[in-house]
Parts: sequence; structure tokens; C-alpha cells
Amino acid sequence: MLTRKVKGRISFIVLLVILLSISIFFIINSLKENMLYFFTPTEVKQKEDIEFGKSIRIGGMVKKNSITTNSNEIKFVITDFKNEIIVTYSGSVPNLFLEEKGVVAEGSLRDKKFFVARRILAKHDENYMPPEIKKVLDNNAK
Amino acid sequence: MLSNIGIIFLILTLALSISLIYYSFINLNKDKKIVDKNIYYLSLYQTTFCILSFFVLLLGFIFSDFSLINVFENSHTNKPFFYKITGTWGSHEGSLLLWINILVIFSYLFLIYNKNKDISFRFYTIIFQNFLIIGFLIFLLINSNPFSIIIPEPKEGLGLNPILQDPALAIHPPLLYVGFVGSSIYFSAAMASLVSGFKGKPFATSIKPWILISWSFQTLGIIVGSIWAYYELGWGGFWFWDPVENASLMPWFVMTALMHSVIVLEKRNSIYSWVIILCLLTFTLSVTGTFLVRSGVLNSVHTFANDPSRGIYILMFLSIMIFSALIIFFKNYKKENYNFHSQSKETYILVNNWFMFFFLTSVLIGTLYPLFLEVLTDTKISVGPPFYNTLIIPLTVIFLLLMAIGPNTSWIKGSYKNLLFATVALVLSIILNFMIYNFFGKYSFLSNLIIISSIFLIIHSIYDCIKMFQKSIKYDPSRIISHFGFGLLVFFIGINHNYSIEKDFNLRVGEIKNFQNYSINFISLEKEDRKNYTAIVGNFSIFDKKNSLSENLKPEIRIYDNPETLTYEAAIRTKIYSDKYITMSNISRSDFYNIKFQEKPFMIWIWISAVLISVGGVIRIFKREVLT
Repeated sequence: MLTRKVKGRISFIVLLVILLSISIFFIINSLKENMLYFFTPTEVKQKEDIEFGKSIRIGGMVKKNSITTNSNEIKFVITDFKNEIIVTYSGSVPNLFLEEKGVVAEGSLRDKKFFVARRILAKHDENYMPPEIKKVLDNNAK
Repeated sequence: MLSNIGIIFLILTLALSISLIYYSFINLNKDKKIVDKNIYYLSLYQTTFCILSFFVLLLGFIFSDFSLINVFENSHTNKPFFYKITGTWGSHEGSLLLWINILVIFSYLFLIYNKNKDISFRFYTIIFQNFLIIGFLIFLLINSNPFSIIIPEPKEGLGLNPILQDPALAIHPPLLYVGFVGSSIYFSAAMASLVSGFKGKPFATSIKPWILISWSFQTLGIIVGSIWAYYELGWGGFWFWDPVENASLMPWFVMTALMHSVIVLEKRNSIYSWVIILCLLTFTLSVTGTFLVRSGVLNSVHTFANDPSRGIYILMFLSIMIFSALIIFFKNYKKENYNFHSQSKETYILVNNWFMFFFLTSVLIGTLYPLFLEVLTDTKISVGPPFYNTLIIPLTVIFLLLMAIGPNTSWIKGSYKNLLFATVALVLSIILNFMIYNFFGKYSFLSNLIIISSIFLIIHSIYDCIKMFQKSIKYDPSRIISHFGFGLLVFFIGINHNYSIEKDFNLRVGEIKNFQNYSINFISLEKEDRKNYTAIVGNFSIFDKKNSLSENLKPEIRIYDNPETLTYEAAIRTKIYSDKYITMSNISRSDFYNIKFQEKPFMIWIWISAVLISVGGVIRIFKREVLT
């Protein structure tokens, strides 16, 4: 026979395990749904199973003389010096959004050459380069 | 000159740390009844020298002594005096010196404020705390010396990053550091308690004030940081789930759990081991946060000057810390009996801890998972606000309800008595929620739940407050204020989130934009030369058709020379019921300016209620001093 104390302890542990697994399940599940993948224009071109319309991030440099503006939107080209993607965006841009500077755009692809951004990411420091882009540029330089 | 003096002070501090450890060990073996006067003197000298070294750096900044690399890199003769002072802790090296100062000061204060406590416990606390001090001092001297010199001496400094030249960000690091580093003292105390066998209620009372101090400061630090993000970053938001913000939030969760659990240890002499684990975890997470932020492994929108070698040192130090903590914990671990009744305050506090750990795990996974994935598979991902929102918001609903009920349950065994009141409060909150829903605009089901549960907590807190004034016994004002503040905070965030108006558009000077109830006129653009930057000031007139109210707002683009940087300064008109927020940015030097207009209801109340949370903690600190 189990004493009341042991029973209490067993039910406590069982409850703990159940709570723990439920929390982990929710966290992993939410993680799966809300991950944003990061691609460079070259990766977009090479990747075959890319989903259009799904939220992703695109990073690279803003191509020289590519920014055009009208009253509704901004259009520019993100390049990794091998491939390019045209980006349209309506909204405020961070203060370091400039031609020939690093940029990360969040949004979705219409097709492999055309990207609709919902957010342009702000970086505080003018010398700062997102690590992803630095890596890409280093690779391309080789 | 200053460099040598500063380094001498630091080395004196280091030497005193070593002698403190040595004397403490000797005294431990002698089995004395009182702490030797020499220990007090040593600790006092150590504090003095450490503070002096900080003053030396401060002088270097005030008098712009560019022979110090740190001053050269972060200061400029043109910089306003106030930011010369705050520049002292603006850089990595300076802030690490501040960190060590807090370690040392807390060590001394702990020593003098625990005079009636067990003597070996006090000696061991000094020993462990000084090991931490030595660890960070060596790091400072080897890797991040603020007193390194540059030859030849430059004529002019590079200047402080303009985005840091801001009053909120000037006081943000010291506040946050008192929280982060304040947790070191109960880390050391927990280790000392394990080794010396000094536990139970007296242990709880000796660490409780320090937990409250660090918790209150941490809370304030986080608030000031988000206020800064709100007006300086120009996105209009105040919390972005950015890795750097998460790094400050993670220790806060554990601190909050600890603050509640230590009461159980104090009142019921139970869950000792759990309290110890929390003590150890808080400081570990603080150092982990520093590691993540300073080493540059995280890709964050906030950038600090990064250096991988720093990361390696902090990581090594962290591993030694965790490893020794684990060894000491398991070596001295004794089995405890827990007799909890399912309906008691203890159980509710454990439930609170479960929530805190759920929040902690979510944030920890969200912050670290991208790192692991990149190392393992070379896939780059980021985890954004939706991840945190889907995890944290639904649980907050239950959390808020329990937060109202828990404190009104008695210790040991006692059910929640006021079921009638709870029902009335619940019905009242549902009615209030639907009034808001119907009169001011619709929102999602989840928002309904959040608002209902937050009103439920608010009503409960007000009710407790009334009861407190009637009986004026047993009720604890600091708890009521903090819980009330939290209820208000969630309520106002919910309202703010659902009723914010946001519009982005591009305008040229002289053009007018009409949308919804607003008409925004871009009247003019002026250029002004200020102290250390040039400002381009836009003049906007905002006409609110609904209230036929016209307001002028002047956002700025600031061009700093040293270092050459652009910043956008939001123009914010704060009113008691809402903020109007406008930022302006130029798009690649064309005629068009990108305008972001926002109307954010009850912003000021979000800050007020957040401050209330930490006020509760502060009240508790002083209340304790009156009692003892």
C-alpha cells in the first residue's frame, strides 16, 4: 500500500511532468510557426522549394542609384554583388538606410526577383554590418 | 598620469580582495565570535579605492584627457558636460568598471548590515564575493582596461555615439547594473549558506533586502530602457523582444520568482534548496546576459562594440562559476520535506514560480535557438515578436487571475474565502470590458480575455487597498501596489495595442496628407545649428477633425559631426489620455520625406503603472528597515 504522503508526491511529480511537457510543446510549436528565415538574393535564386508569400528576411547591400521614391512607396534593389532582388516598401525607413549600406528587409516574396517588405530593420551604428551580410560579402570577396 | 593612478587604484582593490579572502579564511579557522575589525577596514579601503578608480576615469572624461584610449574613443571636447559624465559608463570598459564598483560596494554593505548573523556565513559570503570581484577585475585589467593609454596623445576624441547622448540612456545602465550586479551578493550568500550550513528563516531575512533592492532597480532599469527605445528609436514601440532586451528580462523573471519564494522560506521555513537554486540562477543569468550582449554572438538591433575575446573570457568565467556552484550545491544538498496543502499561499507562490519559469524558458529559447540553429545547420533565422506574443499573452490571462486570488489565501492551509467577491469582481470586469469594446472599438477574443483579467486584478487590488485602510493590519501595501501596477500595466498595454493609430507616408514640403480623422500639413523645413549637431527641423500641423483640434509638432533629423551620424528625433505630444508621435526621415536625399505618424492612447499610463510595480519593491525595502 502506498502511504498518503507517497501518493501525494507521485501525483505532484506527475503533475509537474505534464505541465512541463505541455509548456515545452507550446514553445516548440510556436517557434515552428514564427521562425523567420534569412536569405540572400543568391540563396533565393538557388533555393528550389522556396515558398512565396511566407514571411522571410532578405539581406544584402542597397544597390547604388537604385532607390526611387514616390508618395506611396520606396523601391530599391538589394544586392549581394551576384544576384539582385527588387524590393518595394511603404513605411518609414531607419536612419541608416542608405545606398551602398547593409540592409535587412522583412516581408515576403512575390516571385524570385520581387520582394514586398513590411519592415526595414534599423541598425544603430553606421559602421555596423549585420553579421549575416558580412559573411556573405566575405564569401563573395573570395 | 591619470592612467597610472587609475591602474594603481585597481591593483590596490585587487590586492585588498586577495587579503580579504586570506583574512577571512584565517578567521574562520580561529573560530572567533565576532568579526575582526581589520576585515571591516580592509573592506572599507577596498570600496574607497574602487570608487576612487572610477573617479579617476570620470576626471579623464570631464577634462577630456585623450591620452586614455577609452576617453579618446568615447568623448569629444564639444560634447555637453552632462554627457561627458555619463560617457564614463557609456563604453564597455567604463561600464565594466561600474559593474565592479557595484560588486565591491554591495560586498561592503552586506558586511556591515548583517552584524547579528552567523559569523562563518558572513566570512564565506565575503570570500565568494571577493572571488567574483577578482574574476571581473582580472577581466578588466587584461582585456578591457579603461586606463589604457594611446601614444601620441590625439588632439580630439571620436565622440560618443549620438544615440547614447540622451538623459534616459544615461541613467539606464547604472539602474540596470544595480539590478544585474546586485544579484551577485545573494549568489555569494547562497554559496556561503550552503558551505556554512546557515539556513532557514535567518538566511531568508539576510538576503531579502538585497533581492528587493536589485529587483526594484532592475525593474526601473528596464522601464527607463523602454522609454528610451520609445522616443529615440523612432518606431513608436517600447518593447521589441530584441535579444538585448531579453537579456535584461531573463534575470528579472528569476528575481521575481525568488522574491516570492524567499517569503515562503522566511515564513514557513520551507523550499530552502529551491531558493538557493534561484539565487544562483539569477546572477548566472545576469552574467550570461552580459556575455550575449558583449560578445556579439547575438544579432541585435542594439549594437555594442563587440569583441570575441571578451566573449571567451566571460564564457570561461561563467563556466567556472556555474561549475563551482553546482559542486557546492550537490555536495551540501540535504533532502527536505515539503508539506504543502494544495490550497495555500505557498502553493500559489510555487504557481507564480512556474509561470516565471515558463516565461523564462520561452524567452531563453527564443533568444538562443537561432544561435544554435546557425551553429548546427548554418541556417539563419530570427524569432520575432509573434513567437513571444503567442506564448506569453494567453498565459498572462491565467497569471493575472491567480495574481489576484493568491495573495488573499492564507498560509499552510486555507482556501480562498471571498468567492462571492471574486464572482462580483469577475462580472464587473466582464461588463467593463464590453463597455470599452462597444464604445471605443472592437478587438480580438484574446484581447478581451486580457482586458477582463487585468480589470479583475485591478478591482481586487483596489478592494485589498480599501480593506487595508479599514483594518490597517496584516495587509501589505508593497504587494498591493506592485500587483496593482502590474494589472494596470497589462490593461493599458492592451488598450494601447488595440487603439493605436499608425500611418506611414511620404510627403514633400507644403503637401497635405488626409486620412481617417487626421489632416497632416508639412508646413516648412528649417535648419538650426546647435551645440554639437545640426538639426533639420520639420514643422507639421496636425488637425484632428473629430475633436477639431490643431497641434504643431516638430520632428528633427540631427546631423552629428563627431562621430558623423544621422539620428531621427521623434516629436511627441504627451497628453494624459494619449500621445501623438511623429518622426520624419529623408529618403536618399530626394524631395520626399518619410513621415510616420502615430496616435498612441495612454502611453504615459504605461510608464506610470510600470513605475508603480517597482515602487512596491522600494516601499518593502524601507518597511523592513523600520521593523529591524
